[in-house]
Amino acid sequence: MSTTTADTHPPATPNAITPAKKWSYNPNKVAHTLEKLGLGYFSPFARLAGRDEPAKQIRTIAQNTFLPLLAFAIFLFGWQLCSGTVATDSQKIPSPGETWDAWNGMLAFSAAEKAKEAAYYQSLEERVARFSAMASEARAAGNTGRAETIERRIAKEEAKVYQGTTTFFDQIGISILTISVGFLIATLIAVPLGILCGLSPLVNTALNPLIQLFKPVSPLAWFPIVFVFTTWGIDQPPASSIWQRALFTSAGVVTLCSLWPTLVNTAVGVASIDKDHLNVAKALKLGWLKRIWKIILPASLPLIFTGLRVSIGVGWMVLVAADMMAQNQGLGKFVWDMYQNGDTASTAQIIIAVFFIGGIGFLLDRIMLVFQRLVTFEEQTI
Amino acid sequence: MKLNLPLFFLGGLCILFSISCGKTESSVATPSPEGGLPAPKTATGPPDTAMEFLDIEKDTLKFGFIKLTDCAPIVIAKEKGYFDDEGLSVAVEAQGNWKELLNRVINGDLDGAHMLAGQPIGATVGFGSQADIVTAYSLDYNGNGITVSNEIWAQMKPAVPKNPDGSPIHPIKADALKPIVDSAKAAGNKLKMGMVFPVSTHNYEIRYWLAASGINPGFYFDPATKQVDVPGFLNGDVELSVTPPPQMPQTLEAGTICAYCVGEPWNQQAVFKKIGVPVTTNYDIWKNNPEKVFGVSQEWTDKHPNTWIAVTKALIRAGKWLDASLENRKEAAKILSQPNYVGAPYEVIANSMTGTFEFEAGDKRPMPDFNVFFRYHASYPFYSDCIWFLTQMVRWGQIPEQKPDAWFGEMAQKIYRPEVYEKAARMLIAEGHASEADFPFGTDGYRPATSEFIDGKLYDAKKPNAYIQSFSIGLK
Repeated sequence: MSTTTADTHPPATPNAITPAKKWSYNPNKVAHTLEKLGLGYFSPFARLAGRDEPAKQIRTIAQNTFLPLLAFAIFLFGWQLCSGTVATDSQKIPSPGETWDAWNGMLAFSAAEKAKEAAYYQSLEERVARFSAMASEARAAGNTGRAETIERRIAKEEAKVYQGTTTFFDQIGISILTISVGFLIATLIAVPLGILCGLSPLVNTALNPLIQLFKPVSPLAWFPIVFVFTTWGIDQPPASSIWQRALFTSAGVVTLCSLWPTLVNTAVGVASIDKDHLNVAKALKLGWLKRIWKIILPASLPLIFTGLRVSIGVGWMVLVAADMMAQNQGLGKFVWDMYQNGDTASTAQIIIAVFFIGGIGFLLDRIMLVFQRLVTFEEQTI
Repeated sequence: MKLNLPLFFLGGLCILFSISCGKTESSVATPSPEGGLPAPKTATGPPDTAMEFLDIEKDTLKFGFIKLTDCAPIVIAKEKGYFDDEGLSVAVEAQGNWKELLNRVINGDLDGAHMLAGQPIGATVGFGSQADIVTAYSLDYNGNGITVSNEIWAQMKPAVPKNPDGSPIHPIKADALKPIVDSAKAAGNKLKMGMVFPVSTHNYEIRYWLAASGINPGFYFDPATKQVDVPGFLNGDVELSVTPPPQMPQTLEAGTICAYCVGEPWNQQAVFKKIGVPVTTNYDIWKNNPEKVFGVSQEWTDKHPNTWIAVTKALIRAGKWLDASLENRKEAAKILSQPNYVGAPYEVIANSMTGTFEFEAGDKRPMPDFNVFFRYHASYPFYSDCIWFLTQMVRWGQIPEQKPDAWFGEMAQKIYRPEVYEKAARMLIAEGHASEADFPFGTDGYRPATSEFIDGKLYDAKKPNAYIQSFSIGLK
């Protein structure tokens, strides 16, 4: 690998390695940062900008661009083929074109919903104005009781929130919120428990059978159990709140399915800490909290984050099923509702949802990858 | 290096939480000074100057429904602004299946829901989930059909009596099906059929239709052995099992079942997709039979009595609108075809909603009363409708012991609440939204005794045991 070639723009600069110069473009460094951020695709561009073996970079870029595009084209072709052949009397695989139309239909539906919302507030204002007139009329007629009743009603009307149909985009938001809640609870349970298991072989021996027993359980099996817990423990909020009980049921299922990788990885990470580190802690007479915070956690972070990354992947994967069961207004509910619709466009809309589910899952994974790399010293790919 | 992920998420969560707390609703109950008394009607001005201002206890509500055309009154009340007129802000949400819908009404996730008439009754008598569910509004009459697969129809058709022009004479009885059922049973391979829920009208209707032709659909309880059978297969000639309505056509096509009884649009869907043939409708099994109700929990009504009246008012207006004209029906079909409601194509929904029904492909017959929402006082919660379901629950062993006649009436009064309906109706009349003739004021809650059934049996709700005794297939 070539070393830093700094003679880029501005072209006037004679030789870059002068201490006076405040900033110079270091393609290698930029490329490394990009790779660390999970944007490895762009690192050849950065190197190319630094004229670092341009021919090689162009070849890499071409490969990284055209090979996936080729694969995607083959996929589209296969899809198109399927859409013509895989069809029964009551259902069929929609073509990419029909799917695109369905996508446009979804956009139009969302736009129409927004328009409806605006119209609702408009009519609400009109109603309040009409009621106000009625209230003052009643007051003028000396009917104070009726006027007060109307005024109470006006106050209620003014406080109203539009309750429209949850659109696809709202549902994406709710899904992300649900997984955040589920993943957060999973983390809060799994990390401390994992540390405990890693520190104490006794605890580990005690808990290991339970962990092995619950780890492979499907979200569909957890759902009825979580449902009982949330019904018992959570009061149903008003219908307009986004913190619906169903969201917690769904999040609870995500928690139960996704906490295991973090738990196991944390335990392994803590158990494999270099004994010297612990001896140093002993020599310094650190309290147990400080020992965990200063020595154990930092040393086991790489493995904890490896676990968290697997966890969020599992969580996202089970979320769709959990939403379906819990009737949580997320992407799973969207898929289920469309499946129930029995229209020709429904399957196309499910395919759109599949792309979004995949895309968001990929993004979540990338975000965790960045965190994972920030706490890890050694290079890691994929 | 020291990124604290949990803290990061917790922070975000706190922000989100504070945002959502900012927009809580005003659902504090204010005592109602004038209760449910109608306001004096002013002679001048538009109707709503006389509007009764109910002090509603909770104005932000969520109702559940299953993707079927008979959820129409709820959807129309929302889309036409009738809920808004009552000061209610209502979200209407599709549910996965009947069991889930019922559970969510019981646990309070939903304020109320589109329910099978048998659901409040089943829940109250404790078959399935036990809970006190009540209703003050009957959503519709009729609206179901029985569809058989193309293969079964091909075998049945030669035995069906025909008109001179070769078209089958309606109603088609299960007589033509009996030999097929018998030979399948003799081969040790009972025919499998679908219905939507153990306490659904559909379950009782397909059983009624089969039993009227001497086919035993199976029992939930055997008094001789005291054996309870949850699926309801005991001593049956066929096996009836649960499939959620929207999945019926696919399940039929997949061959898992060979016939089903379901609400619209899932029979017309089978004709359109050429995967099955509807042979009869529930109108032919029992003319103007009760179908769905708007169910709420007893606990909810105790907390929100005025809200219940307000909801009922909006539903009555929606029901009236639905039966007012063919144009309204078409508009309703358009609204229902939206993906967030029923989501089936307009033509499929419109077929049955606009007074026709297509049996075999091309055999489209007028059925003006296939969907009745308001005519014939269809929205009034008659005790006699409730009692019919109770008789069928006893007949098939869902209620494992025989009950005295008086018990049926007591149960009906516990579950069906015409007094709430009448209160709402009176207020609508005072506001000018309805007229006296729209409602059966003065009724004792019992529809006249009728024998308009496919088997011609006389049903008098005041003598339920006599009716139960009259069946040749059934526990008594």
